[in-house]
Amino acid sequence: MNPSNYLFVSALLFTIGSIGVLTRRNSIVIFMCIELMLNAANLAFVTFARIQGNLDGQVIAFFTMVVAACEVVVGLAIIVSIYRSRRSASVDDVNLLKF
Amino acid sequence: MNIVAMNAGLTGTPEAVLFWVMAPLAVLAALGMVLVKKAVHSALLLVYVMISLAIFYIAQEAPFLGIVQIVVYTGAVMMLFLFILMLVGVDSSDSLIETIRGQRLAALLVGLSLGVLLLGALGHAFVGNGAVGLDLVNADGNVQGLASLLFSRYVWAFEVISALLVTAAMGAMVFGHRERTVPRRTQRQLSQDRFQEGSQLPGAPLPNPGVFSRHNAVDIPALLPDGTPAPSSVSRVIKARGDVLSSEPFELKQEDQGDQK
Repeated sequence: MNPSNYLFVSALLFTIGSIGVLTRRNSIVIFMCIELMLNAANLAFVTFARIQGNLDGQVIAFFTMVVAACEVVVGLAIIVSIYRSRRSASVDDVNLLKF
Repeated sequence: MNIVAMNAGLTGTPEAVLFWVMAPLAVLAALGMVLVKKAVHSALLLVYVMISLAIFYIAQEAPFLGIVQIVVYTGAVMMLFLFILMLVGVDSSDSLIETIRGQRLAALLVGLSLGVLLLGALGHAFVGNGAVGLDLVNADGNVQGLASLLFSRYVWAFEVISALLVTAAMGAMVFGHRERTVPRRTQRQLSQDRFQEGSQLPGAPLPNPGVFSRHNAVDIPALLPDGTPAPSSVSRVIKARGDVLSSEPFELKQEDQGDQK
């Protein structure tokens, strides 16, 4: 098996995540889809590290994980504070600027 | 020797078996994550995808990242997601109404074309290419190799990212903080309120629910010493559910009272 098969899996996961972000309405599910995309990118980094034979890709994947952890913390705090004021987790209900 | 060098880039049979078992399941779980209606199910399917990615990392000579993936993602991040799901409401499922007409179809088309583009580019670039493998750089151990990179070439990024973590924690605290708009009532004020004229709160504690031991008592109002039921003895949750039973069968009848006299 060629290691680049992992890259195809990564591309598939990224695509699925992006479709989820575009179609789902629940902000938490959208957030989880973003996490899936980050994970897919990480898998690509790790595979590239192996194909190229140096550890830089793994270091970048490590940094991505830290940034993803920060993003989750702040993003979930935003979702909770929106939920407190609007009583909804749907992205359609956040439309104060629209009307 | 030549054959060994040629095969160095390819993976062994065990890894191929692992890949062909785990990868389709991971992709299916990811698809299910997008397709299922309940957010909790999505979260659990995402946990599955993340664990299979961790196994892929370990199979790809990145044991440190594999463990970090399990600890950080499935252990911390997904549990945080589940906490927030429980807070926001487990049954906050998606509305199936399209607010923009044709948006779902357009999103599907755009997403699929992105996928075709990515797969096409990858297939064009990598078919037939072998891999160098990490045996050489992992010779001292994966963690040691990563550490020597982190603390030499990437030390500045490492420091910046620690600042980012602290900032994110502070940001979450600021978002979660709620300013108190009315001053907190002290115990003295609460007690004065309770005894004030016209106060709804009784000075004494509320009576406990239930009469005798003949019934599961929390859904029946207590009987006061004069024989009348006390509605305030039943929890308002049970009242809201409409599960309050009448205490009438347990009340003392006129003739009982006569007997006692």
